[in-house]
Amino acid sequence: MNLVLSPVAAIGRSTLAMLAAIGRIAIYCGQTLSHLFRPPFYFREIWGQIVQIGWLSLPVVGLTALFTGGALALQIYAGGARFNAESVVPSIVAIGMVRELGPVLGGLMVAGRVAAAIAAEIGTMRVTEQIDALVTLSTNPMKYLTVPRVLAATLSLPLLVAVGDSIGIFGGYLVGTTRLGFNPANYVQNTVDFLEVWDVTSGMIKGAVFGFIVALMGCYHGMNSGKGARGVGKATTNAVVSASIMILAANYLLTELFFTA
Amino acid sequence: MIELRDVHKSFGSKHVLRGVNLSAAKGESVVIIGGSGTGKSVLLKCVLGLVKHDTGLIALEGQDVLQAERDAFLARFGMLFQGGALFDSMSVWQNVAFRLLRGSLKRPVEEAREIAIEKLRRVGLKPDVADLFPAELSGGMQKRVSLARAIAAQPDVIFFDEPTTGLDPIMSGVINDLIREIVVEMGATAMTITHDMSSVRAIADRVAMLHDGVIKWAGPVAEMDSADDPYLRQFISGSAEGPIEAVR
Repeated sequence: MNLVLSPVAAIGRSTLAMLAAIGRIAIYCGQTLSHLFRPPFYFREIWGQIVQIGWLSLPVVGLTALFTGGALALQIYAGGARFNAESVVPSIVAIGMVRELGPVLGGLMVAGRVAAAIAAEIGTMRVTEQIDALVTLSTNPMKYLTVPRVLAATLSLPLLVAVGDSIGIFGGYLVGTTRLGFNPANYVQNTVDFLEVWDVTSGMIKGAVFGFIVALMGCYHGMNSGKGARGVGKATTNAVVSASIMILAANYLLTELFFTA
Repeated sequence: MIELRDVHKSFGSKHVLRGVNLSAAKGESVVIIGGSGTGKSVLLKCVLGLVKHDTGLIALEGQDVLQAERDAFLARFGMLFQGGALFDSMSVWQNVAFRLLRGSLKRPVEEAREIAIEKLRRVGLKPDVADLFPAELSGGMQKRVSLARAIAAQPDVIFFDEPTTGLDPIMSGVINDLIREIVVEMGATAMTITHDMSSVRAIADRVAMLHDGVIKWAGPVAEMDSADDPYLRQFISGSAEGPIEAVR
């Protein structure tokens, strides 16, 4: 009997633990949102985080977009050649980059860089009692640590996505004109003709949502970090994994909302 | 000034505080001693509200700490943490002046920096330390900076959590003397937790021995050595034999 019940009990325990974690994250998210609009605001912290999260992520996001745009051009050209549709390369590269790959890959790269850094920093602060010290110094850690990071990531990611989109399209242009024989002027004209404002703005909205997710997961796991180096390491891993999964899930939901409704 | 009455705190099935009764009068320096893991730090954190106690009363000047307005309440406290808990992303002076750079006690930056340098001087550090980062300081210097931060806003109550842990005996003596001098000079109420008996003798007006979640003995430091409480005697002598179980 135990042989039958043990796996069922284990599944039950995991399900309950997962539901409890979702509940805790939802509460943390609600608390963060409620603090976003209430003073005090730490503008210096917010600006510092915009530099850390947005500006310093530019090289990673830019390089990712550049290579992805180039590879996308090659793939679409090879695929399009099967039914004589090579000419769609500029438009598909542009639409693919701004609607999907720009925000998703940008979000994932920032999740790897930023969620990990936030979780490690706040986790270390938790372990070394710096969070307790903040409280004794009459400073709310939610306002001082979480809100600036979440706000900075939510504001920075759309801009990063916009820059990444441009660089990705440029990557496609480079490969298209130097390797695939496209006329530069025609490539640009094709890109501009097919791209709509909503394609770009929908990608930037996705970027804002992904930025919120990345910072929220970094802060949540950092604040709830276990003790010692192992606890901080685990918090860092959990932050990156949960942010990445949530970005992919949110991307699907937003795509459903934006393009099928 | 601070009163704890029948304070209980559990973490899951672990009953850490089992009815603590303790008080500290205004300007008095109370040192809480006890073995590792007996709940000394939890006790201080309960007073500060960093950990919420389950039952019992913790009052500051007669007012339940749970009912007090949080910012005004915390503004009356300073705390020196065991590991210093200095913010590594900030310079030394910014750490010391943290409270003076934001919130209700906010001052102009130059004034806050001047106060920070003055406090650093008070704990025996030169002004050129002000622009260094905590990671560039020795353990003893970090403790001093942490002490300067604890006193920067002239608190009424100062908590010291294991102030000499990790320091050599000479530096421990220096920190103990500094704590005593500053507490007397400011007229602040002090609560210190330690298992360093040299700290106890240097800092305490009154000593309380915490064991098994309750205060086993409390009294003036002068009566400590002549007390016949077996727990206290074993702790002072550092003997493995006695009512306190020693795991070997």
